[in-house]
Amino acid sequence: MKGMSFLDELYKEIILRHYKSPHNYGPLDSANVRVKGDNPTCGDQIELMVLTDGERITDLRFQGQGCAISQASASLMTDLVKGKSWAEALALEQQFKAMIVDGAAPTPELGDLAALSGVHKLAARVKCATLAWNALEQAAHQSGALLRESKH
Amino acid sequence: MAIVTPQAIRQDFPLLRRYPDLVYLNSAATSQKPEVVIETISRYYRELNASVHRGAYTLSVQASEAYEQARRTLARFIGADEREIIFVRNTTEALNLVAYAWGLHNLRPGDEILLTEMEHHANLVPWHLVCERTGARIKAIPLGPDGRLELEALDSLLTPRVKLLSVMQVSNVLGTVNPVAEIAQAARAVGALVVVDGAQSAPHMPVDVRALGADFYAFSGHKMLGPTGVGVLWGRYEVLETLAPFLGGGSMIREVYVDRSTYAAPPQRFEAGTPAVAEAIGLAAAVEYLTRLGMDRVWQHELELVSYALARLDEELPEVRTFGPRGPDRSGVVSFVLGDIHAHDVATALDQYGIAVRAGHHCAQPLHRKLGVPATVRASFYVYTTQEDIDRFIEALKKVRDFFKDWL
Repeated sequence: MKGMSFLDELYKEIILRHYKSPHNYGPLDSANVRVKGDNPTCGDQIELMVLTDGERITDLRFQGQGCAISQASASLMTDLVKGKSWAEALALEQQFKAMIVDGAAPTPELGDLAALSGVHKLAARVKCATLAWNALEQAAHQSGALLRESKH
Repeated sequence: MAIVTPQAIRQDFPLLRRYPDLVYLNSAATSQKPEVVIETISRYYRELNASVHRGAYTLSVQASEAYEQARRTLARFIGADEREIIFVRNTTEALNLVAYAWGLHNLRPGDEILLTEMEHHANLVPWHLVCERTGARIKAIPLGPDGRLELEALDSLLTPRVKLLSVMQVSNVLGTVNPVAEIAQAARAVGALVVVDGAQSAPHMPVDVRALGADFYAFSGHKMLGPTGVGVLWGRYEVLETLAPFLGGGSMIREVYVDRSTYAAPPQRFEAGTPAVAEAIGLAAAVEYLTRLGMDRVWQHELELVSYALARLDEELPEVRTFGPRGPDRSGVVSFVLGDIHAHDVATALDQYGIAVRAGHHCAQPLHRKLGVPATVRASFYVYTTQEDIDRFIEALKKVRDFFKDWL
């Protein structure tokens, strides 16, 4: 039993703030890449909408439902990768997953996402934290296909 | 027999003895196992293991006899004839057996299957698969705001097009005890076959399948102190006799040629291959344990716990919204949400205080859609659950409420 101190470590205020008031939340009508992700066993769902020229994430928003960890992770992720290139975004995904899945120390580039590092100790919740990032990776693939088409 | 306290019962469970601080409130998902069940399985492999229904040698005859004795024990437990007990893996497989062995061969386009809005996915998806292949359609008895089925709808739903009705006796989320005998009678009046999902009732209350008026009754061993990998499908013998086989293979045949075969009589017709012998014998030991406690008392104990838990939640935690009916038609299951905090976050927080609960949709997505919440937290009780467990659960929930108080 870890009690209150572990809860403090896991549910940092910034996590709960993003959960209650997520950034970049709601429809993005101009999106040209849309990805749906879900964790069927727990019912968490996310839709990621991205406007991209194939190389850069010009804008992105998300909507869906889920726990504090999945929603805060999605909210913080959209803040972080907006305006970045897909290569930069995928590098951040690797750093985030290294922190959550492998327990690596958070890199400075992850910024506020470091607040989610405690999730590593909860095997049952890892998939909540990575849901939005898996959707981002899928969006990168779709965006790559978009780019190839436009060059034809 | 003296009344056995849940504190004394706990001492029969090695896992609960090992973790004295664990408050295990997820018995609706799977129960813990008493010493006698673990020992029975161990003894089978140490002293009795042999191929059943095949060998001519003494050990095989003894193993076969133990397996058939388990069948008789299970039959007695639900008021059935031993020829009507089919050992399967679990409730899910039992329901699939009916769907495939009966549904595929008897349903036609335009026929209807009547279910309810509170069913577990195990009593939905097999029927979806059968409908895709036969052209039959599904209708559902609606769920009312009090967590009970709206039986007024039965009159209009039960037309002669309904060929099968399948309903859970007790809801795994709401705890609702459905009036199955009444529903079965109405269904039979239009000629429909009646299937009962007993996964949440057989472990918790006295069951007499004949009094229910059902044709099939399905339940799992692991939710009733028995091992995983074994469950029971009971079927009325007259109906079982008309069914095609489900799985083909050894043990279920009469004569086999290279290009065709004829099949054994029930129950063997539905037990292809080497069965889960140790598990079936272990389940019989679990049923004998429950019978010694007395199923009336098991049910009474859960009624007391659930009304105690609900009363305390109502009184002391106004931020908690519980689901399910209030009254004697309510089993030992409390599903709830805490303000707007997601069920998974509540369950993770409770776990930090040693409280094991389940969070999610509990394999009942249509029900949660109807309730208007994506997920609930569920605390479920059983024979070893004590009032102290409920107290510790409530106190931990208060701490969780306080922790999230600015975010409710």
